[in-house]
Amino acid sequence: MKPVDYYDVMGVAEDAPAEQIKKAYRRLARQYHPDVSQEDDAEEKFKQVGEAYEVLKDPEKREEYDNLRKYGAFNGDQFNPPPDWEAQGGFRRGSGGEGEFDARQFSDFFDAIYGRSAGFRSEPGSGGFAVRGEDVHAGVSVTLAEAYAGTTRTFSLEMHRYDESGRAIPDVKTLKTSIPAGVVNGQKIRLRGQGQPGFGGAENGDLFLEINLVEDKRFVVDGRDITLALPISPWEAILGGGVEVPTLGGNVKLTIPENASAGQKLRLKGKGLPGDPAGDQYVVLKIVVPRIESDEDRKLVEQMRDQIAFDPRAESGA
Amino acid sequence: MQTATGQTEPLDDSAPCSLRELCVTFVIEESVVIEMVDIGVLIPLGDDPHSWKFGAGALLRLQRARRLQRDLEINLAGVAVALDLLDELEGARQRVKTLEQHLALLTAKD
Repeated sequence: MKPVDYYDVMGVAEDAPAEQIKKAYRRLARQYHPDVSQEDDAEEKFKQVGEAYEVLKDPEKREEYDNLRKYGAFNGDQFNPPPDWEAQGGFRRGSGGEGEFDARQFSDFFDAIYGRSAGFRSEPGSGGFAVRGEDVHAGVSVTLAEAYAGTTRTFSLEMHRYDESGRAIPDVKTLKTSIPAGVVNGQKIRLRGQGQPGFGGAENGDLFLEINLVEDKRFVVDGRDITLALPISPWEAILGGGVEVPTLGGNVKLTIPENASAGQKLRLKGKGLPGDPAGDQYVVLKIVVPRIESDEDRKLVEQMRDQIAFDPRAESGA
Repeated sequence: MQTATGQTEPLDDSAPCSLRELCVTFVIEESVVIEMVDIGVLIPLGDDPHSWKFGAGALLRLQRARRLQRDLEINLAGVAVALDLLDELEGARQRVKTLEQHLALLTAKD
């Protein structure tokens, strides 16, 4: 087991006074709080900082940690506790204010020093203590096609369960769930009772899934609306006419109006993601100019230039 | 190893919950929720606490508020400001991303 240098995590010196440790914690907690931070590993870093603070803010735990450090228990990459040293079992974390249950998981290293940290044992004699299980949050990546049609997902979630003595034991839970058609990016889905188990007969927490819509190659998604760029030729733009356009539900026929312009937006009502109301599909016209190679074709274009009175810069004055 | 099949429930405002239900679900005192409403952390539908209805957004905001309060030691007024700004920031980031994608659609070479 790799020892953790809590002073390093907090970025403070070994002899830092309590006030400085508190300051460092506040700064780091703000920086890495998963609700605030945009950094990829914010959650992991936030956990490390929380664990370091848990030890360093408490004079007793800090002293114990300092002693282990001083007497060489942290030998290189290995944590070797002295032979006569025993972890204090059943350590109860948190101040317990308002009966709040703190199920944050600490590292194995922490557990080895201070006893198993996940969960807690009820105070002797307090009897009948029941706490609702913690909610679990997870992200689900879904393609646009899956968001359109709905899909199923099987998850493996790191959970814990309680043994008879009330100790939390790590466990893996496999959960199969359906993702309904018409989910949008950032949408949350709740699975009641699929979070961490309740303690002492209390109900389980919930599982919240957040939908992360994977970027699509063809469509830009904005809520339930989708947008597609449709390449057309200059003569299709001028003359108008019917073209086949892909939608999430397959190709449909779209009529391009006469004298259409580049960037013009056409709407296919209700062809976006399903819902109430369903989203729309927008088609943005993109005029693609052909590369003229033959003299014959070139003559034709020259004829257009001479015959059609058109100054594209007349209005802009360029 | 446990295996289970989960019943999904899209979080929208179709099944709002009452003050009482909210308190039971989150093991939280009514007075705390009332204070959160007073300060603007939560915005229920309805005028008095007995008729309050909390939508899906409120559940998530409440959880976020409690985490921020617990982990960063911010008072409720600060939590309300932080949540509003985080929502705004998230909306703006999403907007920029969508606009960039739209721009790419129009300028991309085929």
